[in-house]
Amino acid sequence: MKLTINGKVTDSIRAATVQELLDELKIAPVRVAVEVNLTVVRKAEYETFRIHDGDTIEIVNFVAGGSRQCRVLVVSISI
Amino acid sequence: MEDKLVIQGIEFRSRLWVGTGKYKDFEETKRAIEASGADVVTVAVRRTNITDRNTENLLDYIDPKLYKILPNTAGCYTVEDALRYSRLAREAGVSDLIKLEVIGDDKTLFPDVIGLLEATEILAKEGFIVLPYTNDDPIMAKRLVDAGASAVMPLAAPIGSGLGIRNPYNMKLILEQATVPVIVDAGVGTASDVAVAMELGCDAVLLNTAIAGAKDPIAMAAAMKHGVIAGRLAYKAGRIPKKLYATASSPFDGML
Repeated sequence: MKLTINGKVTDSIRAATVQELLDELKIAPVRVAVEVNLTVVRKAEYETFRIHDGDTIEIVNFVAGGSRQCRVLVVSISI
Repeated sequence: MEDKLVIQGIEFRSRLWVGTGKYKDFEETKRAIEASGADVVTVAVRRTNITDRNTENLLDYIDPKLYKILPNTAGCYTVEDALRYSRLAREAGVSDLIKLEVIGDDKTLFPDVIGLLEATEILAKEGFIVLPYTNDDPIMAKRLVDAGASAVMPLAAPIGSGLGIRNPYNMKLILEQATVPVIVDAGVGTASDVAVAMELGCDAVLLNTAIAGAKDPIAMAAAMKHGVIAGRLAYKAGRIPKKLYATASSPFDGML
């Protein structure tokens, strides 16, 4: 089964459901969100939501970040 | 009666909200947040590292039981992206709160207010508590509220610029007509900037760079905490009018 997970193509996944996928990747479901083919999968559906060959999957979590990590732009401003 | 900020029934302990970007490490982030007294902490949504599961997670340091985690849509330049990130954030988190950003331009990081308005309306209908990052424009603030925003978050100045409130008159106009809390988001540089925002009557201030970028972030976090408290108290106390000439404080009666 060929999957694209977080932008990387892989054919080593055996999981049949989202829950099995997270287990296989050793990711605790509590702090992540999963999207399959642009649809967000609700946590309650992880056990039943099936994964198919060719699916594009995104697994995201919260990271540090305010409003975009700005480049430090040093411009002297006289006010 | 306690002077608490409430948004859609959610009570907030502090009127200072902080971001989590640009710190040296998670330990410094944690200590700065503690020193700031903030109970709202903003975070971004990004891909999980699926190959190296040993990478540290921010939420190992910032306990979601102690802090309200406010996901943002930082880095989103289109309505579609902002909606996608918001929906993922809701599923990854525990609440309907979203700090909505639709960025218009890489150089200024000013919001694309047309996209912002559209995304606000869609997300509010989906049950999100939408807190949009917007310009200091009173008309847009009103339009956002009409579209379902639960608070408005006008910028003081460009993100990370440290310039403080550039247009206090616009901020006053936003406050005068506001039917939802007004939270200054971005652009403040130091404690007096946040005090000014609070003295104008703003309900809270959200900042990141001013603390994370300071020489001593922990000390600056404490300064910001006091700046917000001082500004709020001064606003509630009601300042004296500004006058051109002196008014003597000591009585003339009894002078020799």
